Amino acid sequence: MTRLVVVGNGMAGARLVSEVRARDPHIRITVFGAETGRPYNRALLSNVLAGTMTPGQVRMLDAEWYADHAVTALPGVEVTAIDREAQEVLTACGRREPYDVLVLATGSEAVVPPLPGAERAVAFRTMGDCEAILAAAGTARRAVVVGGGLLGVEAARGLAGRGLPVTLLHLAGHLMERQLDAEAGLVLGESLAGLGVEIRTGVTVREILDDGVRLAAGTGTAPGTAGAAASPSGTGESGAGESGAVGEEVVEADLVVLACGVRPVTRLARDAGLAVARGIVVDDEMRTGDPSVFAIGECAEHDGVVYGLVAPAWEQAAVVADLVTATDKTARYRGSRLVTRLKARGVELAAMGETHLTEDEAEIVRFSHRARGAYRKLVIRDGRLVGAILLGETPAVGTVTRLFDHGGPLPADRAGLLFPGLAGGAAADSPVRMPDAARVCQCNNVTKGQIRSCWESGARDVAAVAAATRATTGCGSCRDAVEGIVGWLCEQEGIPV
Amino acid sequence: MVKPPESTIGRMTISPAAPAPVRAGTATHCPYCALQCGMNVAAGAAGAAGAAGAVEDTGAAGTVGETAETTVTITPRHDVPANAGGLCQKGWTAGELLGRDRRLTTPLVDGRPATWDEALDTVAARIRAVRAEHGPDGVAVFGGGGLTNEKAYQLGKFARVVLRTSQIDYNGRFCMSSAAAAANRAFGMDRGLPFPITDLAGADAILVAGGNMAETMPPFVRHLTAMRERGGRLIVIDPRATATARRADLHLQPVPGTDLALAMGLLHIVIAEGHLDEAYVAARTTGFERVSASAAAWWPERVERITGVPVARMRQAAAILGDARRAMILTGRGAEQHAKGTDTVSAFINLALALGLPGREGSGYGCVTGQGNGQGGREHGQKADQLPGYRRIDDPAARAHVAAVWGVDPGELPGPGRSAYELLDALGTAAGPRALLLFGSNPVISAPDAGRVAERLASLDLLVVSDFVLSETAAMADVVLPSTQWAEEDGTMTNLEGRVLLRRRAVAPPPGVRGDLEILRGLAARLRGPEGFPAEPREVFDELRRASAGGIADYSGITYERIAAETGVFWPCPDTGHPGTPRPFLDRFATPDGRARFTPVEHRPPEEDVDDDHPLYLTTGRVLAHYQSGAQTRRIAALNEAAPELFVELHPDLAERLEVEPGGRVRVVGRRGTAEAVARISPAIRPDTVFMPFHWAGANLLTNPALDPVSRMPEFKVCAVRLERAA
Repeated sequence: MTRLVVVGNGMAGARLVSEVRARDPHIRITVFGAETGRPYNRALLSNVLAGTMTPGQVRMLDAEWYADHAVTALPGVEVTAIDREAQEVLTACGRREPYDVLVLATGSEAVVPPLPGAERAVAFRTMGDCEAILAAAGTARRAVVVGGGLLGVEAARGLAGRGLPVTLLHLAGHLMERQLDAEAGLVLGESLAGLGVEIRTGVTVREILDDGVRLAAGTGTAPGTAGAAASPSGTGESGAGESGAVGEEVVEADLVVLACGVRPVTRLARDAGLAVARGIVVDDEMRTGDPSVFAIGECAEHDGVVYGLVAPAWEQAAVVADLVTATDKTARYRGSRLVTRLKARGVELAAMGETHLTEDEAEIVRFSHRARGAYRKLVIRDGRLVGAILLGETPAVGTVTRLFDHGGPLPADRAGLLFPGLAGGAAADSPVRMPDAARVCQCNNVTKGQIRSCWESGARDVAAVAAATRATTGCGSCRDAVEGIVGWLCEQEGIPV
Repeated sequence: MVKPPESTIGRMTISPAAPAPVRAGTATHCPYCALQCGMNVAAGAAGAAGAAGAVEDTGAAGTVGETAETTVTITPRHDVPANAGGLCQKGWTAGELLGRDRRLTTPLVDGRPATWDEALDTVAARIRAVRAEHGPDGVAVFGGGGLTNEKAYQLGKFARVVLRTSQIDYNGRFCMSSAAAAANRAFGMDRGLPFPITDLAGADAILVAGGNMAETMPPFVRHLTAMRERGGRLIVIDPRATATARRADLHLQPVPGTDLALAMGLLHIVIAEGHLDEAYVAARTTGFERVSASAAAWWPERVERITGVPVARMRQAAAILGDARRAMILTGRGAEQHAKGTDTVSAFINLALALGLPGREGSGYGCVTGQGNGQGGREHGQKADQLPGYRRIDDPAARAHVAAVWGVDPGELPGPGRSAYELLDALGTAAGPRALLLFGSNPVISAPDAGRVAERLASLDLLVVSDFVLSETAAMADVVLPSTQWAEEDGTMTNLEGRVLLRRRAVAPPPGVRGDLEILRGLAARLRGPEGFPAEPREVFDELRRASAGGIADYSGITYERIAAETGVFWPCPDTGHPGTPRPFLDRFATPDGRARFTPVEHRPPEEDVDDDHPLYLTTGRVLAHYQSGAQTRRIAALNEAAPELFVELHPDLAERLEVEPGGRVRVVGRRGTAEAVARISPAIRPDTVFMPFHWAGANLLTNPALDPVSRMPEFKVCAVRLERAA
């Protein structure tokens, strides 16, 4: 019987285990996890930070599940080496676990920039980090989040939602610069400012102090006016301390959260002699150079790409599960289209694909309404949607995401995509103005013309019209319409109703 | 002097003056859907009824259909809560199929008119021949969800006792089977609505998942309207902005085949936003932990990407449901007719349980049953795995009880047989039945992959069809038996609420036709002896009561007299002194421990997804003017005028791309067949999806017969197609 060993019990590893078990009730499965608790849904940690979910609500598989499904789970047992010769993994406690198939799902770790005082900050990556941040947030008076990517924005929004004044520091010129163009970044910053997050872009952090963060001299923009206006506890009382070198600025904070990106955890693979570039290099079967060893999730590099989102990891898990259980030997992973969906209460943002293309490279459809926090952009090439930004709530997000994912042809009316209501056709006309051929009563197939001729024959109220035509006798919803038509006809002829 | 108003409803004149009083006629119910609207059917001399006009306050008077010597007038009843005085066009015109026109009145054997004795002798002889060669399972029976309880019961008994075949199933498998399976596993009992329909009006919020009652059962909408007039809010989930969705406060428009993911997303939000009814979950349910853990994997942004439903709308829906003091979740075929229909319904039931709805007065989960006797038809033994009283055929105690009522040895009863599509698919194959007796169904139109089904039917040694019109399937039969219908016979129906109703004979059948019970008696007499096969419905019902006694669907306390006096009785009703059970789950669920069960389920994509060759989803459904395969309604002039032909609904963007004009002819090409239809261009549908009604030959040439692993429901609601302009 095949022995499957999975190293890593996060989003990718836990998913793989349940996918394999769903396909094959017999295969022997052992899963090692670096963290001690039940696997949890990392994609939802921002919600835990924001207080919209409890840690218990983001747990994925419980101990009972492992027992019921005959899966050996070893949380908190660190794997230290792979002996590919013997087909065994070695653990810190000296255990040797033999495998026929090994799947590395070691994920990634937070990047901690080499700053003086970095140990005073908390990264935002694991449930443990999340719990540490929440514990500190209980007593903190001000927080700084370093890094304005997806996770940093979510963390800042979450902490602000807990009533903590937050400053978000970002090195690049605008927020989420990998996903957003400059204008979208600006509008996002303004939306966050309105929710109590002070935004500082283009700033370089020099040092983390006990009571704040020291910025490099002369870097960064002053807080935006919108931010200052909407954030009563703005820079005035928190801001520029004078404790540092001349020209340097200290942003006060007693909680500093680092959201400076992640890097794949590849040491095991590297030590075992497997090819590692940014991540562990795999082919379309998610197989490394060793046919018995696969890698999935954030530690894997497929076709030059390391994916940092959940959806690709789960697609990869499904492929490996198909192959390992021989459910579908032709299963292959062909890369994923990335849709980034911000989880921040009060800010709706979806960004996908090639959002940075210019008018020279693609057809761009754009709508901007900064006062309402709305920015929408479609990037179209060869009649297909290759990128989009939707900032601010819009029902278009469902359709646009589907078109991006499935590459379907676009309607000639691009604006209709951004404004679904407009394409929806005119609302039903008033019964008075509708043509005679229009159906008033759907249930009994009665047109306005039939009601008119019935009226001309002497029917002067709804009951008489109903008696002649059966209008109103089905679902009853057209009663007002019939009343309106009869009343209008009476009025036209000067007949008292 | 004004001239009489022009009637839009056939040969009828009315006076704008006060209508002359008219004999109300026989109090009965509509022949069509599961709402079973109450109606009075009056048969009178032609002139009198024609001039009679109206009764009661709408003043409307219904169809004038001529029977042999009489004219039939239909008026709505006000004492039946389901319709409370309303009728749709189908109901008003139902009388047109009474009488001789368009009816079968003579048995046909091999296409030639025959006497009843010749026809029944032929059937019996050919059945004997098939059985001699292929054994009892060489003969199969296929029933229908429109048959009365008495017929459904007798058909099951005939199959097991006379034919001794395990091969019996019915078209209800194509309707409510997924909801039935899900309700059974959650509540231990499947009663469509486990509350009176009048509870709807008192709700603060109702979520309808995949139901279009404004077209399928229009008077149902009166209950939704009453709810909304009180301030209650309606949420509709449908890939199309249907007539029902347009009446909703919130419409969620998912990609076909993604309802399960949507339900998981709603559950996720309900839990995350604190709408979970923890006290209820603790006191009245089991299994929440695991379902909660699986819901954690369905965060709304992920669900949005799969379903196309914006996160904000999901949050709105969850808030409306979570804030409601009384709320209901209802599923229809849109959620159920999938190869994952059972799991999809379970996901909606899980949502209802998390909100604390089932078993609470004024709240709950319910399935909106479709066919006229879809409820009763699934309770009394015409299903492959069932015996009367909603008993399982593989349960030794159930077999012993029913065998005793039937006077046979339990060991003689066959075991479970093939489900509906599997049965049709096996016909005429080496291992499959060689003969089929078919009652009240038209699978050539209504079964999935209908081309395959027609081919299987054609390969039979013997096809016998009992029907009152020459349906497409009857036209293929070796022997056609002309039967009575609806207002020509007595019988009980169990409506969508689980209320047992009395349908009464109101007019004399045309000469030459026989009731199904009489047909079964005639065949039993030729094959085994007539004992145990009375032709009188009341006698059959009394036996059904005994057979159902002690079962889940216990009818033993229900009598024709009580039904008439009480305007219906809710099952279970274990003795004649019992008041019936309008709300069965108030104190406990019908599970062994009395608790409702959360069921862990996972979303999966449609069995047949779109690709470059077939880039569009096809979903199927109904239109207001027609019922099921259209065998009845396509024979009624006013309904044909309202909806004359097969159409395909497509979005203006798609029409523009394909250069299709409104009314233009379009070829819909699928993986199993091709259908031609008229284009109906509407922004009500998603641009990635087209819709076809299934009342005509066409839609089901395309649908996918992939089956749900639990309910064996085919995937009617989603398959992949492409559109081409027809020449």
